[in-house]
Amino acid sequence: MSELILARLQFGTTTIFHFLFVPMSIGLVFLVALMETLYVVKKQEVYLKMAKFWGHLFLINFAVGVVTGIIQEFQFGMNWSEYSRFVGDVFGAPLAIEALLAFFMESTFIGLWIFGWKKLSPKVHLACIWLVAIGTMLSALWILAANSFMQEPVGFVIQNGRAEMNDFFALLTNPQLLVEYPHVIFGALATGAFFIAGVSAFKIRKNLQVDIFKKSFNIALIIGLISGLGISISGHTQAQHLMESQPMKMAASEGLWEDSEDPAAWSAFAIIDEETQRNTFELNFPYALSFLAYSKFGGNVRGMNTLQAEYEATYGEGNYIPPVNATFWSFRIMVGAGGVMILLSAVGLFLTYRKKLETSKFYLHTMVWLIAFPFVANTAGWVMTEIGRQPWTVFGLMTTSAAVSPNVSTQALLFSLIAFTLVYAILAIVLVFLFLREIRKGVVYSTAEDPQVSIDPFNKGAYR
Amino acid sequence: MELSELWFILVAVLFIGFFFLEGFDFGVGMATRTLARNDIERRMLVNTIGPFWDANEVWLLTAGGAIFAAFPHWYATMFSGYYIPLVFVLLALIGRGVAFEFRGKEKAQQWKNSWDWVIFIGSVLPPFLFGVLFTSILRGMPIDANMNIYAGFTDYVNVYSVIGGITVTLLCYLHGLMFVTLKTVGELRERASKQGQKLIYAVLASLVLFVGLSYFETNLFTVRAGVTIPLIGLIVLAYSSVIILLAKKRDALSFTMSGLGIMMTVGLLFVALFPRVMISSITSANDLTVYSAASGDYSLKVMTIVAVTLLPFVIGYQIWSYYVFRKRVNGKDMIY
Repeated sequence: MSELILARLQFGTTTIFHFLFVPMSIGLVFLVALMETLYVVKKQEVYLKMAKFWGHLFLINFAVGVVTGIIQEFQFGMNWSEYSRFVGDVFGAPLAIEALLAFFMESTFIGLWIFGWKKLSPKVHLACIWLVAIGTMLSALWILAANSFMQEPVGFVIQNGRAEMNDFFALLTNPQLLVEYPHVIFGALATGAFFIAGVSAFKIRKNLQVDIFKKSFNIALIIGLISGLGISISGHTQAQHLMESQPMKMAASEGLWEDSEDPAAWSAFAIIDEETQRNTFELNFPYALSFLAYSKFGGNVRGMNTLQAEYEATYGEGNYIPPVNATFWSFRIMVGAGGVMILLSAVGLFLTYRKKLETSKFYLHTMVWLIAFPFVANTAGWVMTEIGRQPWTVFGLMTTSAAVSPNVSTQALLFSLIAFTLVYAILAIVLVFLFLREIRKGVVYSTAEDPQVSIDPFNKGAYR
Repeated sequence: MELSELWFILVAVLFIGFFFLEGFDFGVGMATRTLARNDIERRMLVNTIGPFWDANEVWLLTAGGAIFAAFPHWYATMFSGYYIPLVFVLLALIGRGVAFEFRGKEKAQQWKNSWDWVIFIGSVLPPFLFGVLFTSILRGMPIDANMNIYAGFTDYVNVYSVIGGITVTLLCYLHGLMFVTLKTVGELRERASKQGQKLIYAVLASLVLFVGLSYFETNLFTVRAGVTIPLIGLIVLAYSSVIILLAKKRDALSFTMSGLGIMMTVGLLFVALFPRVMISSITSANDLTVYSAASGDYSLKVMTIVAVTLLPFVIGYQIWSYYVFRKRVNGKDMIY
């Protein structure tokens, strides 16, 4: 039992930590590629400076994302060997393809991009960063194809005591993947966008290199607003899909014990007692849950107790209700953070349009704090997705407690948990330190030669 | 040939590629402490592998992914059975990866020194641990009827596996020196070449010791002796030729030969393993083979199509990146 808790704790820590950097990388590299495109098309030096400055920050972030990703790949086999045996036939393929298709592309072309400023023509150099950007998005596609299988197993048959793939195309067109992928990608773009917007806001407010940072701010906010809207649309679609594929997760995210009324009300706030299975306080908005679930102001939503009875009939005795508070609150934190992001990016674009951005000190100050919001939303989203799926690892096929490695001792798990967590802490501190340093330094206006970049890329300030 | 056999070969190819490419990265990482005498030289060394190391490491990730997809039982048995060694491999790879990125970001000497040590340790540990891992796999691990390893300390660490670890580390170190000889100029190049010339003898000695012990510890000489024994001969030949090639200043050829040496050594292991992927020291009935550990035919077919389509592109653009950065790293250019 304690092995299970430690293994879960490790999975949670590693995945959450890893996924702080992944969306940031996907978002930042896309924006950097956009800036370099503007440079190549418009031939204005300012866009080159922008691409290089944000590129520095991207690279620091990318490095941490890459190394923590290695643990991700290893830990399935290390901590979850029974899981790996059971689903490897289906689940392993997207992971292998991710490495073959995406990791090679990212890593090779990032090397060419960092070291190739002087060796490649501007267009080829630009192509390299786009290939990195595409690589990161392909990587997300394949890992999410694997994750979608855990949420909604498709394209398999149970044979020889394990899940074996029998339809590769079904894995790729998994309905869960089709709603999850755009949601994650828009979330990633927003993460990069609000980071750039926040840092730029800080610089504009301090009146430092305003020309460059205003341009960065505007590009970021446009991407931020587009992705904010994309997040909410794809998120809404996903919620509707959840009603069919994992109604228990949906009910838990609403703290809904009994079947709802028709039309169903949505609680923005509730005090949930998981012991006695009831809510002692609810702040309800009529019709809203029906709309969330069905896009219309009618229809009832099944509650956890009903679903529990249904699942017991299908899967046998057991507790099929996930941790309700965690699912309920992570959903609200995610949605709330997303809403604020959309609102403030719209305000920012309005201020820019009215040419009042530089004088709106309070707004600029707020935008600095907003940097944290996408990270909070990304994390909360995954907490809801993964905890809301419990007790299953693969929905309907394998429980989490059956997935853990039987031969890994508590001591070994504890050792690795402490060691990795310690390393994560060190990495986080160093990363923040380096970020602040680079940001404080600002855009470096050196001569056209820019020797640190082209000649000694390993040296200070330059790449790597 | 069955698809599972093909995938065994593909996994072998991925590991061979990994040790050939990341092998010199590890070696260069070790050389930052043992060859470089000052900060400029250290920077030159790190520069030689700068554009490449990340992509080289992906060969390992792809090998891991391929094992997961094609041989789920192999993946599950090996990764859970080698828990602690793999934790250290991961810690080393994490530290090393970020150290390359971080070391030049701050001017303070203390900062650089710390990350340089991380690079060094992160470059020594993985080849050593992989050597231990593969050697002990070849020797056999206590695998029960449920394909789970319940091993004690001496199953992982014993004279044979430690010799295996040292051998792989030395092979990588030599390979790294050959790469430095090929990719730098002036005094650093000279010194790398000289150190390589001395190291060759240690490499040959540890190889002979390793092969000798294998005679007692494994069935390297009884399964497929027709392949393994000639292969051992070729490995020794390749490394011996480096002595002459270095003396003649044939940098590219000596690098090629040390590369061939590493590739054949890893190949030797896979030849000796086949058709087993994990050997049980309890009973051969518990061995995992390419047949018992493999995924279903459908899955393997899909993976084969994907791999055959993608691998040529991957190899193509990796070669291109080596072509783009084909020039030697010149110390003069680095002073800004």
